[in-house]
Amino acid sequence: MKFHEYKAKELFGAYGIPVPRGVLATSGKDIEGLDYPVVVKAQVLIGGRKKAGGVKFADSPEEASRAVDEIIGMDIRGYEVRQVLVEEAAEISKEYYLGITIDREERAPLLMTSAEGGVEIESVPDDKILKRHIPPFSVLPPYVLRDASKFLGLAKEEGKAFSAIARAMFRLFEKEDAELVEINPLVLTSKGEFVAVDAKLMSDDSALYRHKEFQGMEQDLTPLEREAESKGIALIQLDGDIGVIANGAGLTMATLDMISLKGGKGGVFLDLGGTDDPEKVKEAFRLMKKAKPSVIFLNIFGGITRCDSVAQGVKEVLDEEGIDVAVVARIKGVHEDEAKQLLRDAGFVAVSSLERAAEETVRLRG
Amino acid sequence: MSILVDENSRVIIQGITGHQGMFHAKAMLGYGTKVVAGVTPGKAGETVHGVPVFDSVHGAVKSTDADTSMILVPAPFALDASFEAIDAGIGLIVIITERIPFHDAIRIMAYARQKGTTIIGPNCPGVISPDKCKVGIMPSGIFEQGTVGVVSRSGTLTYEIVNAITESGLGQSTCVGIGGDPIIGSNIVEVLKMFEEDEETESIVIVGEIGGTAEENAAEHIKGMRKSVYAYIAGRTAPPGKRMGHAGAIIARGKGTAESKIAALNEAGVDVAKHPAEIAELIKGG
Repeated sequence: MKFHEYKAKELFGAYGIPVPRGVLATSGKDIEGLDYPVVVKAQVLIGGRKKAGGVKFADSPEEASRAVDEIIGMDIRGYEVRQVLVEEAAEISKEYYLGITIDREERAPLLMTSAEGGVEIESVPDDKILKRHIPPFSVLPPYVLRDASKFLGLAKEEGKAFSAIARAMFRLFEKEDAELVEINPLVLTSKGEFVAVDAKLMSDDSALYRHKEFQGMEQDLTPLEREAESKGIALIQLDGDIGVIANGAGLTMATLDMISLKGGKGGVFLDLGGTDDPEKVKEAFRLMKKAKPSVIFLNIFGGITRCDSVAQGVKEVLDEEGIDVAVVARIKGVHEDEAKQLLRDAGFVAVSSLERAAEETVRLRG
Repeated sequence: MSILVDENSRVIIQGITGHQGMFHAKAMLGYGTKVVAGVTPGKAGETVHGVPVFDSVHGAVKSTDADTSMILVPAPFALDASFEAIDAGIGLIVIITERIPFHDAIRIMAYARQKGTTIIGPNCPGVISPDKCKVGIMPSGIFEQGTVGVVSRSGTLTYEIVNAITESGLGQSTCVGIGGDPIIGSNIVEVLKMFEEDEETESIVIVGEIGGTAEENAAEHIKGMRKSVYAYIAGRTAPPGKRMGHAGAIIARGKGTAESKIAALNEAGVDVAKHPAEIAELIKGG
């Protein structure tokens, strides 16, 4: 789950990481009590806001208020800006990068820091980034902080301040079940103080049950994706026009790939999971219909899942509310013959071969 | 031979008294797996399909000499259940549970490494050595004993590929579902090493997907292997930044694309199938 910058900074502040003074605003009238110059930043859960014009500097309250009103309502790569963060601009002497994430292959937290802050870390050459794993069941070891201070060329007092921030960041990373905590840039001001000018925080969705305070936070989902999530169905909207329903995430991905191999393009990824509950199948089709696909491709590999039970769910949706696009079903596994017959009787294409089903789907998209 | 599990494995199920636990205990017993005990705190003395239930893993191990555990408890209890099994001296733990927090998974793997315990999963279908032993939730009917070792990050997609292998007349030595999470106990390379040493396994199939660099690391390792390796990678058309159903299936910051994995595997001499069923043709042709 991604956090808005202002939300991340609230948490940073609570952990003792210095952040600029600022206010959250929804209109130009909301800003008071700040020293100028300020920076006005769109609060959206997607990168690239600066390029899109979602970040503006202002030297006076009038200018700031104008900037707020300009940014509110702006569309940034499909996301409408509803809030902006207005912050006192830092006097930048130097910009650093500091991040903690999870290294999948090492199965351990990883601290990364660089003296080349303010740009995307992926564009920084490897030899300009210091990486140190943090042992599980540990605090952030002092040697990591000594190495980092040396690597960044920090003076003694700067090193102390930097280390305090890194330690706070690791505490936050652990306590809040973060996948990624990142400050970029971490600014050293002309007064010799560090301040987190930007803040990126992603927490683990699977750990939400122990972070009630994060529940209900806005996420970067489309309305349909949000609706599916509330019903416990994994649905992802994509660029294409073909709706794919399959059981299992890997199989759903493989089905989308197969469609592309045959010249089509997937528009919806819907993972039914291990269920053959007709009610859940009906729910899946209802959601899929809302995405208005050109054709629906149902791919069921029934191991434990009973194919005829899935087919029954499809039939019920058809009888009760109708399905106004073609459905191609690829059915394989337990009770596949019964399932195929049921779907054919309902007027759908039903075959056993994934390849043939994909060809049929692409042909029918019309 | 086979890897990880065979006819001698003595298996306990943690969470056996739950709905899933009872269902899969029955299926595993039916397959011939020696399910020697179940563990559910507070339910000692009960039986599930004739299998005795214990209060603790220590108690179950003491009474039954169990060496393998399958964990089916809900995610909030998986850390505790795993620690308990590791501490009780279980050698192989198969964690089926999905949605275990990453930070818990990191701790489970760290403790397992300290104690020398092998972990498979979490968020996986389990391990099966056909006709010998099944420790997992996969449908038994599609597997047949044979010489192909399968290691997979997926569930149903594995069944799809295994089915194609079986239908083509080849069978499997062992099929290992390593799980779709970012933090897993055994990665592709670790399972490849086991297959390389297994006499029964003649060729190996990797079922990979987008996210992380496990397939790239595997490609590097394969360069030094004797046995033939084939692969299928799901997610060629997945967009960056979206988690494709599995927690680990995400192209993040330019890393984890299918192209990168396929290129690395090809460079290591691995034939990568364009679609799942093609795997069987590649093995037969190879």
